[in-house]
Amino acid sequence: MLEPTSPPAARSFLFGRLTLDSLPFLKPDLEGHIVLVTFLAVICGGLAVLGLITYKRLWGYLWREWFTSVDHKKLGIMYMILGTVMLLRGFADAVMMRAQQAIAFGPNMGYLPPEHYDQIFTAHGSIMIFFVAMAYIVGLINYVMPLQIGSRDVAFPFLNNLSFWFTFWGAITFMVSLFVGDFSTAGWLGYPPVSELQQGPGVDYYIWGLQLSGVGTLLSGVNFVVTIIKMRAPGMTMMKMPVFTWTSLCTSGLIIATFPVLTATLFLLSLDRYVGTHFFTSDFGGNVMMYINLIWVWGHPEVYILILPIFGIYSEIVPTFSGKPLFGYSSMVYATCAIMILSYLVWLHHFFTMGSGADVNSFFSLTTMIISIPTGVKIFNWLFTMYRGRVHFTVPMLWTMGFLFTFTIGGMTGVMLSVAPADFLLHNSLFLIAHFHNVIIGGVVFGVFAGVNYWFPKAFGFKLDEFWGKASFWFWQIGFWLAFGPLYIMGFMGVTRRLSHFDNPALQPYFIVAGIGAALIALGIGSFIVQIGISILRRKQYAVGGDPWDGRTLEWATSSPPPDYNFAFVPNVHERDAWMDMKKHGYQRPLEGFNDIHMPKNTASGVVIGVLSFACCFGLIWYIWWLAAASFVGVIVASIVHTFNYHRDYHIPKAEVNAFEHSGNWQDAAQGANA
Amino acid sequence: MSHSNSHDHAVHGHEHSHDEHANHGSLRSYLTGFVLAVILTVIPFWLVMGHVFQSHWVTITLVLLLAIVQILVHVVYFLHLDTHSEGGWNMLSFVFTIVLVVIVLGASIWVMYNENTNMMPMSPQYQHNGE
Amino acid sequence: MSSTAVDTAQSRFLCLKEQHAHNGTLLGFWIYLMSDCFIFASLFACYAVLGTSTAGGPTAADVLDLHGLAINTALLLISSVTFGFAMLEMVRKRKGAVMLWLAVSGLLAAGFVTLELREFASMIADGAGPGRSAFLSSFFTLVGTHGLHVSVGILWLIVLMVQLGKFGFNEANIRRMQCLSMFWHFLDLVWVGVFSFVYLAGVLR
Repeated sequence: MLEPTSPPAARSFLFGRLTLDSLPFLKPDLEGHIVLVTFLAVICGGLAVLGLITYKRLWGYLWREWFTSVDHKKLGIMYMILGTVMLLRGFADAVMMRAQQAIAFGPNMGYLPPEHYDQIFTAHGSIMIFFVAMAYIVGLINYVMPLQIGSRDVAFPFLNNLSFWFTFWGAITFMVSLFVGDFSTAGWLGYPPVSELQQGPGVDYYIWGLQLSGVGTLLSGVNFVVTIIKMRAPGMTMMKMPVFTWTSLCTSGLIIATFPVLTATLFLLSLDRYVGTHFFTSDFGGNVMMYINLIWVWGHPEVYILILPIFGIYSEIVPTFSGKPLFGYSSMVYATCAIMILSYLVWLHHFFTMGSGADVNSFFSLTTMIISIPTGVKIFNWLFTMYRGRVHFTVPMLWTMGFLFTFTIGGMTGVMLSVAPADFLLHNSLFLIAHFHNVIIGGVVFGVFAGVNYWFPKAFGFKLDEFWGKASFWFWQIGFWLAFGPLYIMGFMGVTRRLSHFDNPALQPYFIVAGIGAALIALGIGSFIVQIGISILRRKQYAVGGDPWDGRTLEWATSSPPPDYNFAFVPNVHERDAWMDMKKHGYQRPLEGFNDIHMPKNTASGVVIGVLSFACCFGLIWYIWWLAAASFVGVIVASIVHTFNYHRDYHIPKAEVNAFEHSGNWQDAAQGANA
Repeated sequence: MSHSNSHDHAVHGHEHSHDEHANHGSLRSYLTGFVLAVILTVIPFWLVMGHVFQSHWVTITLVLLLAIVQILVHVVYFLHLDTHSEGGWNMLSFVFTIVLVVIVLGASIWVMYNENTNMMPMSPQYQHNGE
Repeated sequence: MSSTAVDTAQSRFLCLKEQHAHNGTLLGFWIYLMSDCFIFASLFACYAVLGTSTAGGPTAADVLDLHGLAINTALLLISSVTFGFAMLEMVRKRKGAVMLWLAVSGLLAAGFVTLELREFASMIADGAGPGRSAFLSSFFTLVGTHGLHVSVGILWLIVLMVQLGKFGFNEANIRRMQCLSMFWHFLDLVWVGVFSFVYLAGVLR
């Protein structure tokens, strides 16, 4: 059991338990030096960026056009930037772990002490799920879904801005833990008893960072559901919605049904830590197993929250680049709905080994096998869409093909794990690690890159560079198998996860190969960044019109990038693939007769409430009670003040609409010319 | 889930009055709901405080059944939930929620009962039967 | 393509007049309430699992006061109906009556919270605080979370009364009344679960 490493330090009123000793980069050991170098790099980089913004006098622009914006497109882009920055952080953690495991054999203890290593795998897991995958998914839905349904914005534009700031400050909470205090060592789900006993602020950073981002995600979920139900263009019945919109709807439904469970569970954990209740303690009747049960009630649907919209992305890309409608639209929709319900019936397969007995294990084993069926249906639908189509091997399509290959194997290892007796051997082994990276990288990450390459021209008006896109794909694809193939093999040999040191030298070659794989993935991420940089430099050369891919759905019916109001005239939908239908009927864009357009105003309330919430959480983490109390009252006051503002919208005058419609980047929007 | 949302909103401009209509209720509905709720509250209190049944489990089952009935009364007479409001989406989301809440509660209790039986040697029942 | 064909395509595929915006607030608030159900479901599940884990301390039958519970339940139920009356008066645009019924509802709810806090205080004074056992932790958290919701409802009600007084029955305020009404009745509905499952069934377990 963990003992408090130092006696509880004297707490000051002003700084709570925060002292100079809490700053790890002041420690004179190797760990301290690593953190110090990182800290200096971040400070220098941060100052450089801030200096550049100040020098270019961009603060006013950023504040007016981005931070206070309620435009779903800008918020979507900000989510994507947040996701990319956090991907770099999470991947840095991965590289450190791979390096440690490749060298820490026998007498060599590696360069990371166990305490530090544990913080790294905890941070890696939680950051990748909450601030990379979730940020990317919410970002893509935000950007694309309102355009796909022919809407001008989401149902609650201010809440959308607020959601972003909650997520952003949640990420900042995680990042602050790098330099002030330390992070949780309890794994990405914060299992007790470790998360109960750990004395420092680590687990508190974890709890409050997740609470902030969890609230943000929940609000986004409500927002998306209402948007899809209420704001579809006339004529777009449910069964005429694009599949990405369908999967966004189901994912949002799952968010609404599961994130409250996460909030409640972490709330109970924080009660145990702050006020001495006994939910998950080992004494006074507390029950550790209840935490594991509750956290997986959220945790399993969460993986479907991640993958469903990604399935939607592939369902948009495959028909576009095969030049034919999606095969089995209805079965795709029913499969998505089936997954939505079934995902709520499988959570126990994460703890078959905890001891619930044969009856319970058999039930959850069966449901887990059943849920693979609708997923299989989808795979066949994509294959049949490509069958006898005219497939264009563009970068988005390449990622899709990589997904079909990689994800299917990941799905099959998942079915292996669903067999409860087999799981008793593979539980918590590297086989499990390989499996879930196989479905999350092979599914979610590949899908995000496919989606970014597919919709980037829509958001910015120019295509991404093909060569560096393909380089990124191949580095990722090969790097993935090199990094995780050895983990599958070692999992079969019984090597367990989360170890910072090994005694058996026979394992070292596997870990070295895995390390090389991680290096290739690093090149893949590098290529992606180069791809974006080069494309920005060559943006004139790569410029495209509204419809660069001969798209099928409504987001391609407007210019690239779309105007603030998305559509000068709201589309009237008659068929699935509404834009293809319009093109076939000789639709031409009107250039006159515009109306004034009613739009929501920007607001600073989201920024204010976000900052105050972060201050409140920081106060709670460090026991700075005055700060926590003051900023909590501040949040409530700011929210009430916001409700006294009744003038939240304005009209874009038709003259302005007219001006944009004659100047925006249209080129070939009505002709549907091929790229 | 698959039914088409037939009243294509944008077609009529009086969406507002339509939305609000579903939420009014009437004096009659509030009073009916109130009387039913009082009856459904008094019975379980009487069952428990008056020790009407010998068996605790009979009483508990009845109390919980009456609670479910009363929740439905509240939903219908106070929250005015019907199949028409918001084009059926209120009802659909309510049913979806009920199904999943029942799964969370039921399966958690089932799972944790088994976990406790198998894995908690310190629990009182083990101490009675075991040592 | 002739210009008439183009015009037809345009009117076929575009809404040439601006549409009336749809307001999704009521649906959105309903969906928020559905998500709140899951918070309570988690807490109910905890009480179901931990409700008998008394760790040698007091049991539900020892500490729960059914007489006080009856008064509390009555207060909340009556305030639900009085809020309904406020809604009915709002339809008739009678501002004074609306304010009166809102004030009555708020006072009843405040009475509920006061009684609940007194119950909590006396339990803690008797050594049956939330740190005594897992049963008491789950009891205080579930009942306290409901009480916290009611308190938020009271704060909201006060703010809304100020706004009604200042700005009258404008579109936004009517919507807010409808949302608060849903919230109010929803909390009564959760309370049915609390008094049945936590108290009445709890003292018999």
